[in-house]
Amino acid sequence: MREQSILRVAAKMMTPFILVFGLYVVFHGDISPGGGFQGGVIIASGFILYGLVYGGADMRRVIPRWLSDALLALGVLLYAGTGTFCLLAGYRFLDYTALRPSSPGTGEVIGMTLVEYGVGFTVAMVMVTIYNEISEGTVPEDGGDGSATAEAPSSGAAAGRDAIRPGTAAPPSAA
Amino acid sequence: MSDFELINVILLFMITLVALAVVAVRNLLAAGMLMSIYSFLMALIWTNIDSIDVAFTEAAVGAGISTVLFIGALVHVGTEEKPLRPIHWPALLVTAATAVALLYGTVGMPRFGDVTSPANTSAVAAAYIEQNVEKSPDPAGHHTEAAAESHEGDYFHGHVPNFVTAVIVSYRGYDTMYETTVIFIAGLSMVLFLRMRKSGG
Repeated sequence: MREQSILRVAAKMMTPFILVFGLYVVFHGDISPGGGFQGGVIIASGFILYGLVYGGADMRRVIPRWLSDALLALGVLLYAGTGTFCLLAGYRFLDYTALRPSSPGTGEVIGMTLVEYGVGFTVAMVMVTIYNEISEGTVPEDGGDGSATAEAPSSGAAAGRDAIRPGTAAPPSAA
Repeated sequence: MSDFELINVILLFMITLVALAVVAVRNLLAAGMLMSIYSFLMALIWTNIDSIDVAFTEAAVGAGISTVLFIGALVHVGTEEKPLRPIHWPALLVTAATAVALLYGTVGMPRFGDVTSPANTSAVAAAYIEQNVEKSPDPAGHHTEAAAESHEGDYFHGHVPNFVTAVIVSYRGYDTMYETTVIFIAGLSMVLFLRMRKSGG
């Protein structure tokens, strides 16, 4: 997509705002609509927008596979770890009072925030992983200037692939 | 008919049209885009009935990520649907029966905003709706004697103002943990099936 300069510039400008908004939604899950799940999806959409316009290889340079895999597991670990910590501290599983026994309300907020971070990590990285694995080898890896198309496996889907090459039809989905 | 109802009727009418169009259109890319429009309209309806959290999720997941994944799948399978086969009568029968059963189920549902509906009369709902940040400047949990006196029936310490989050992460914390695990397993299976297969492992 070297020739699509408007898309490239727009994507580059929008990505940081999408990421910040996603983080805002995760962090403010306890006081405003949203939470780990919605925020995680928004963060993922920031990366995926970048990947759609600049190609999967560029996206994996921003967020390499080892990092997305690690964060993927870390999210669940954070959630279950919070619960286990409460259990070990002598309370019930996921009883957030254990995090601040002197002020259970604060403990509640801390616990919910930690748990929301966990959900956010997992959801965002799962979405990135799904996009990575589905798109690899199909969307031109170099960002679509055409040189990688020849290496794409030829199959019965060739016509369909041409019809929805990112340069022609994919951009609307980036919203 | 109030404005609220009028907006809902218009949106539902548009949603019905979009849903029919999804079935009718033969180009799968167009169908994917129509699904995205469907999700956005659905998000408007959720907003209209004050379910902001659900609207948020619908817009982010239904309209955003799903569309990207649809397109990702279409890259593999092509965009043209196979020609229609003659009508498969047993399948049509099962579908029609399910539709009738679902429509019959809606008859028993309470009216929107009904104060006597189970969702609005249960103790849990009341506890969540009553609580807010300002309510308990000196919060104390149900583990202390003082809490039991000052916040009788308040199991949530009155500290998280968005009670959707309070329900999801505190009251139904186990549910959410397993939901997260399910999503984690989905990501893990992508890694195991697609990545390992491609790398020949």
